[in-house]
Amino acid sequence: MKLHEYQAKSLLGRFGVPMLPGVAATDADGAVAAAKEVGGDLWVVKAQIHAGGRGKGRFVEDVDATEIAKAAKGEDAAGKGGVRLARTLDDVRAAAAAMLGKTLVTKQTGIEGREVRTIYVAAACDIAKEYYLSVLLDRSNNKVLFMASSEGGVDIEEVAEHNPEAIKKVWVDSAVGLRDFQGRELAYGLGLTDAKQVRKATAFFQALYQAYMDLDCSMLEINPLVLTEQGDLIALDCKMDVDGNALYRHDDIVAMRDVHEEEATEIEASEYGLSFIKLDGTIGCMVNGAGLAMSTMDIIQYKGAKPANFLDVGGGAKQKQVEAAFRIITKDPSVQGILVNIFGGIMKCDVIANGVVAAVKEVGLKVPLVVRLSGTNADLGKKIIDESGLDVIAATNLDDAADKIVAAVKGA
Amino acid sequence: MSILVNHDTRLICQGITGKSGAFHARQMLEYGTQLVAGVVPGKGGTTFEDTGVPIFDTIEEAKATTGANASVIFVPPPFAADGIIECVAADLDLVVAITEGIPVRDMIDVARFMEGKRTRLIGPNCPGVITPGACKIGIMPGHIHRKGTIGVLSRSGTLTYEAVGQLGEVGLGQSTAVGIGGDPIIGTKFIDVLSLFKDDPETEGVIMIGEIGGTAEEEAAAWLQANWDDRPIVGFIAGATAPPGRRMGHAGAIISGGQGTAESKFAALQAAGVHIVRSPAELGKTMKAALG
Repeated sequence: MKLHEYQAKSLLGRFGVPMLPGVAATDADGAVAAAKEVGGDLWVVKAQIHAGGRGKGRFVEDVDATEIAKAAKGEDAAGKGGVRLARTLDDVRAAAAAMLGKTLVTKQTGIEGREVRTIYVAAACDIAKEYYLSVLLDRSNNKVLFMASSEGGVDIEEVAEHNPEAIKKVWVDSAVGLRDFQGRELAYGLGLTDAKQVRKATAFFQALYQAYMDLDCSMLEINPLVLTEQGDLIALDCKMDVDGNALYRHDDIVAMRDVHEEEATEIEASEYGLSFIKLDGTIGCMVNGAGLAMSTMDIIQYKGAKPANFLDVGGGAKQKQVEAAFRIITKDPSVQGILVNIFGGIMKCDVIANGVVAAVKEVGLKVPLVVRLSGTNADLGKKIIDESGLDVIAATNLDDAADKIVAAVKGA
Repeated sequence: MSILVNHDTRLICQGITGKSGAFHARQMLEYGTQLVAGVVPGKGGTTFEDTGVPIFDTIEEAKATTGANASVIFVPPPFAADGIIECVAADLDLVVAITEGIPVRDMIDVARFMEGKRTRLIGPNCPGVITPGACKIGIMPGHIHRKGTIGVLSRSGTLTYEAVGQLGEVGLGQSTAVGIGGDPIIGTKFIDVLSLFKDDPETEGVIMIGEIGGTAEEEAAAWLQANWDDRPIVGFIAGATAPPGRRMGHAGAIISGGQGTAESKFAALQAAGVHIVRSPAELGKTMKAALG
């Protein structure tokens, strides 16, 4: 689950990670009040969306399509971005008004962009040096990995490619946590030499490790981590992803979910326990199991068409879920054909068949439907489909199913 | 022969009185698996429905009383890590964790605890392991499998069934089929299973199915290049059409930072001499052809 910067920072604050004060707001008046609460005479107004690259992003309402296309690629474009400095309260008001309700396109949002519904007003500081820091799981050894780079504020993937030595890596043994010597290694890796700063950096990294573990993060990125002119280390920005499987023990984080950042159909799907992701093709898919669902998308593409979605109905789906899945697929106007691909294990094919028949009777069928049933109770499932009198194209195996749905859509 | 499980495997089921635990315990018994005990804290001294399978409070007790050497876990995610650790502490040979949705943080601790221990963990978030005709541990439909010479290993459940089904269509059976699980942290990886298949003289070929996310397939490819003999391996990677940054159902199936793409995995496997298939419908046919 992704969090906004202001939410992530409120969580990190509990662990003593040093940050500049900031307050979120959802309208221009609120932004001015936020700036007063933050205090000082220099502020940064930041658009809150679930995507990075906001500074270089551009607003659809501000600039023409050429500039938006550049922003979507992360290139420099004319106009103003989603992170702005403000020197007066009027500036704060103007910046907030210019962003709220507008659509921001960054290289991570795609060309359609995201509507800005919240902004974050934070204090500004004088920056002496910018660093990059991230914490994540290294799947090759099952350990939490800290990556630090002295090249802050830039794309870490570019650094990894062109200058891998600039990235200092430290792996944490969960039995003993992030030790002092490891914190020092990271600090030295960033080029810090002053003993006091190295101590501060070590405490910073350890607070971050505690936050990562206690909050069940799956990714925590501080970019940039800055050294101020006064010699303090500050988390200037923060990106946080929380393990969806651990949300049962974090009610406070669950309350931070921003459904506006999600596809409406994906929300509906999750309410039924379905795993659904909208794609840009024309063949709707309903499959059991994530691996088979991905493979079904792959074979559709292999046969020359494109999948409209990823949809895993899960292992223990009941008729109700199957009906919901069918409803969600048929709601998408770009769907020109539907492929139901089931290899029954725990899932029984007759349950799927009953669900499909009920759903078709309820929502109707305006596009070709190919059904492939194998495994547990496959014969029973086929019989239910046959006897329903519905106009369903039966397929004998995966290859046959893909051929038939692609032919049906291309012939349509 | 086979790998991991056989006629002598004596199994415990953790969570045997839960809905899915009970259902699959029955299925495993019907398949002929030696399911010798259930473990449910607080229900020790009872038996599993009408089967006569005794239920114990602890793994230690179940092992001591029945001589069990393996366990299958169906307990819900918040308690599953503890269930695994209990098996490792009791020194079982094998733990198969079916449970989907265990927090990664819990699995970091499990992985750390298992270092240097002799217990092998399959999963979590996996369909289990089956040696056709001998022992089924997990949730796979037993009837689609048949005894044979092809090893099957995969990160996905239903895609494993798909591979097994296709092998059946071309008249091939399985030595053992292993679903290693779709989570970011799993106990047994591709290389572990491949090295077991390598030492199994009755395995004449292997179907290996990976998916996007992580670099386990690339690591397996490097291992194959250095260690494998001339028995054919057929490989497929699911997720070539998956958009970057999105989690495709499995917690581990995500392309992040340009790493974990299907293309990188296909290329690594091809370079290692694996017969890669671009269509998931050609696993069986390709194996048949490769065997000559």
